[in-house]
Amino acid sequence: MNIKKLTVFSGVDKTGDAERFKKFEIFPGNTAAIVGPTGSGKTSLVTDIEMLAQRDTVTRRKILINDKIPPFSYRQDPSKNPIVLITQHTNFLADLRVDDFLRLHALSRQMKSRGTVPKTLMLANKLTGEKVTENMKMTVLSGGQTRALMIADSIIIGNAPIVLLDEIENAGIFKKEAMAMVKEEGKIILFVTHDPVVALLCDIRLVMKNGGIAKILRTNEREKKARKKIIEQDIMISVIRERVRRGEIIKF
Amino acid sequence: MKLMILAGPPSAGKTSVVKNIMRRLYPKVKISFLKIDVVVTFEKEEIGKDFPGIPVKIVYSGDLCPDHAGVMVMKDGIEWAEKNKSELLIVESAGLCLRCSPYLNQGLGIVVLSMLGGMNSPLKMGPMVGLADIAVVTKIDLISQAEREVFRQKVHEVNNSIRLYEVNALQGTGIDRLLVELKDMKDIKPESLVLKGVPPLGVCTICIGKKDIGWQNHFGVIRKLDTQGADYLYRGE
Ligand SMILES: Nc1nc2c(ncn2[C@@H]2O[C@H](COP(=O)(O)OP(=O)(O)OP(=O)(O)O)[C@@H](O)[C@H]2O)c(=O)[nH]1
Ligand SMILES: Nc1ncnc2c1ncn2[C@@H]1O[C@H](COP(=O)(O)OP(=O)(O)OP(=O)(O)O)[C@@H](O)[C@H]1O
Ligand SMILES: [Mg+2]
Ligand SMILES: [Mg+2]
Ligand SMILES: [Zn+2]
Ligand SMILES: [Zn+2]
Repeated sequence: MNIKKLTVFSGVDKTGDAERFKKFEIFPGNTAAIVGPTGSGKTSLVTDIEMLAQRDTVTRRKILINDKIPPFSYRQDPSKNPIVLITQHTNFLADLRVDDFLRLHALSRQMKSRGTVPKTLMLANKLTGEKVTENMKMTVLSGGQTRALMIADSIIIGNAPIVLLDEIENAGIFKKEAMAMVKEEGKIILFVTHDPVVALLCDIRLVMKNGGIAKILRTNEREKKARKKIIEQDIMISVIRERVRRGEIIKF
Repeated sequence: MKLMILAGPPSAGKTSVVKNIMRRLYPKVKISFLKIDVVVTFEKEEIGKDFPGIPVKIVYSGDLCPDHAGVMVMKDGIEWAEKNKSELLIVESAGLCLRCSPYLNQGLGIVVLSMLGGMNSPLKMGPMVGLADIAVVTKIDLISQAEREVFRQKVHEVNNSIRLYEVNALQGTGIDRLLVELKDMKDIKPESLVLKGVPPLGVCTICIGKKDIGWQNHFGVIRKLDTQGADYLYRGE
């Protein structure tokens, strides 16, 4: 699957008014943050992309891949689906060992499983502080482990060039590592997020309002400077977070 | 009149799917709704509250397999819906008995499956999946994409010609795509309606392979649309 471009054509907001842009494009290696208040339509936007909407959802948006209407087989044949969506409600139900599950998924994608299980686990463990091992049961994984394994699974086994993450930051994922890795892999990634650090780390910021995309912002030089400071502070907070978790007494 | 028969295990999301369909058609399209269940149903309230004016009929099958009961009452049900001047009859079957299937040779046979039933659930449901035209998979909002992919593959293992739609029936995601099927549907010809498959147990004329619909055409434990409780007859006309 060679994805060169993802295009979103505008639709309407909750009032039925047209969104004030014609289209926007995202390229491999790009990251976009979707921000906005509760109920503003963030999830609906990523769902449109996941469904490859063709003016057949409430928002009436239209999604093109490489300037073309994606074939229906993308949705019908799992091994062709280029998009993966992970949300905070998404769970694993299978009562299987991690390695058995990953092998089963590889099989449904008609993929040789040799080497993919350790590779997926390695990536998952980069994303979470709590180690996931192959002999764990899927159902005992914590929220953070689950989300980390899902992302790793979708990138390695799902081989998905487009990854949509709907508010997963509170699951304890190491965000900077995730960002760096995504850029390196040449994926297109969209984050629905309330986290200013994630939002500022992205190349594009989509601001949602009343069900529509109200603004499309690109991180400019001034913001990049501000971002540096914010990241430093964020790192400080995460150090403190780790120390609190380890039971230390915090004092300045 | 067009006909849509939905079957699926309890709480799969059948009524939620129906309500999403109605939300998009009501009140432009005249719809009648028939529910066949074993003992308790809430559809009369569920549908009546959101869509006043849609005729709703509930049939309790009691000791009888709900799909058997469906066969018996289907002919009367179609007449009832035609009398209501409906353009679409939606039938929801409880589908508790996993050996039978309620689908007919015309209209759409839809099996509603919940992702929460587990990845192997399609394999356990036999003809309910095997004979359906369409599978609507609900609750995709709750499950990893990996499991969704495996689930899709298992459905296709049971029925490789089935058309599969994934929906979130709470929010209505994916329903518009399903509605395209409705546009392409032909009107039913009630005279030539027969069952698609034969149930495997031989306790009545349905089980042993008589595919006609309507209680008039059957022997054994039969029932009419307007009888309730244990008011069974043993012989058709
Ligand atoms: N999260 C989520 N919940 C759903 C979805 N579809 C249905 N539900 C919920 O599942 C429960 C059962 O849904 P119903 O539509 O009543 O299921 P049913 O198949 O008609 O059930 P019976 O008629 O009782 O057999 C309800 O609480 C729904 O709100 C879905 O796609 N996602
Ligand atoms: N353009 C639109 N037209 C009509 N309805 C819309 C539109 N966009 C969103 N909605 C509806 O608004 C509701 C809230 O949208 P959504 O769940 O996408 O918001 P959200 O920003 O993700 O909220 P949260 O922060 O709570 O997750 C949903 O029921 C959705 O179907
Ligand atoms: Mg949301
Ligand atoms: Mg119901
Ligand atoms: Zn039966
Ligand atoms: Zn019988």
